Amino acid sequence: MLPFAYEKPKSLDDAVKALADEGAVPIAGGTTMIDLMKLYVLQPPKLVDIGGLPGLGEIEETDDAVVFGALVRMADAAEHPLLKSDYPALSEALWLAASPQIRNMATLGGNVLQRTRCPYFRDTSYRCNRRVPGSGCDAIGGINRLHAVLGTSETCIASYPGDWAVALAAFDTEVDAVSRAGKRTIAFADLHLRPDDHPERVHALKEGEVITHVRVKKTPLGKASTYYKVRDRESYAFALASVAAALVMDGETVKDVRLGLGGVASVPWRAREAEDGLKGQELTPETARRAGETAFRDARTYDHNAFKVPLGVETVVEALMSAKTRA
Amino acid sequence: MTNPTPGASRREFLSTAASAPLVAGAAAGVLGGEARAQTTTGAAMAGGQVLVTLKVNGQTHRLSLDPRVTLVDALREHLGLTGTKVGCNHGQCGACTVHKDGVRVLSCLTLAVAAEGSEITTIEGLADGDELHPMQAAFVQHDAYQCGYCTPGQILSAVACVKEGHAGSDAEIREYMSGNLCRCGAYVNIVAAINDAKTKMGA
Repeated sequence: MLPFAYEKPKSLDDAVKALADEGAVPIAGGTTMIDLMKLYVLQPPKLVDIGGLPGLGEIEETDDAVVFGALVRMADAAEHPLLKSDYPALSEALWLAASPQIRNMATLGGNVLQRTRCPYFRDTSYRCNRRVPGSGCDAIGGINRLHAVLGTSETCIASYPGDWAVALAAFDTEVDAVSRAGKRTIAFADLHLRPDDHPERVHALKEGEVITHVRVKKTPLGKASTYYKVRDRESYAFALASVAAALVMDGETVKDVRLGLGGVASVPWRAREAEDGLKGQELTPETARRAGETAFRDARTYDHNAFKVPLGVETVVEALMSAKTRA
Repeated sequence: MTNPTPGASRREFLSTAASAPLVAGAAAGVLGGEARAQTTTGAAMAGGQVLVTLKVNGQTHRLSLDPRVTLVDALREHLGLTGTKVGCNHGQCGACTVHKDGVRVLSCLTLAVAAEGSEITTIEGLADGDELHPMQAAFVQHDAYQCGYCTPGQILSAVACVKEGHAGSDAEIREYMSGNLCRCGAYVNIVAAINDAKTKMGA
């Protein structure tokens, strides 16, 4: 790690002021930040420790939303009774992620901003447009088994590695953020940026801006939802493919459906066309497979990750049929 | 100097060898002005160092640390508590697992300064005097290790696994112990030890 200044403000107001300094970044659980600082991938001159700030560690229900404080720990949210009963996909995406120790440390605000696990991003001896803009991408033409097949660009094929954000993408989610410029609300679909020409820009937050809350609009889609995750080992591994599926059924017919895809895309991915194709259809393994094929129709594969397309299609089928059992 | 037990002399050698370069490194940091820690509202600062009060196994320690020092390094290099191990040092293996305010965390991804105000429990703080914690005793009885390097982390994680209520079945134990790798492959006996200890822990 390179030396850094460390500040631990006592209030959100003080934190926002401290984050206005050049290059200052927030740290809470630290599970991504410290890891990447040890690798010299991140070299922030100043850390603002927001982990102990009051008032951001609760999950609350309002009339129309479930509101997550940014400092709620992954483990606490995973065990929350409201999520387990009414939004199982949001609970499952948490407890199927990382390890118990990491879930005890990592906060929800940091979790959605988790950086890619692309090995070329994590190793400073390789070229990476995300780490050093304009330097090139050693994943394209390298070992790219873990990389994305949706939403990539000529400059970056890294996959978004997280789980919870994939489940959030399946619902109507917003994040509240604050900076010295004031508070604002960002639609979750606008939070993560596809690589395009600027893969170094991974999220829409501005310098010095910090997430305070994640808000999920209440929906009947929550009850019959699931998060299905396929990985190289049975636990404590990133997704090769994952699907958050949520359903409202009218008998055997799909009244409403949501599909979020993980492990296969540059950002938490919502498969809108696949959803539209399912609405009004009977839900069978065959119609579910057609939805999966629609979701991956525009997939672009590389030397080692073509398997993610058939795997992703099957994962869509499994998730939808599993969600159906809860409808 | 003679020492009656080889283990003690090795430990003594390690602690002596470890402390000397650390002092030199810390001094260089201050003189070179590399550690640019600033005065803050939450943690006291002194030069390039941060004054950190750590509560470990019921004892309070005051340390002057570079803000970069992780909790595991503070425990091992500054407090001489070498029971907590550094495995991967990147949060992937669980060897550094400790309890922070009763909850299992990775001390390699925790800055020592960020642990101020928390109660830390390490493997050295688990036994009650000479009486082993039921989980320690169960690990011995079930031969739940080979080389033993991952064992302190496994035991701290296992105690938390039981307290969390995640030791209901073999499958649940495996899922909720997945953050602790054992490259000797003692997993079968680790599961047996946890099953045994959980009844003795009153779970």
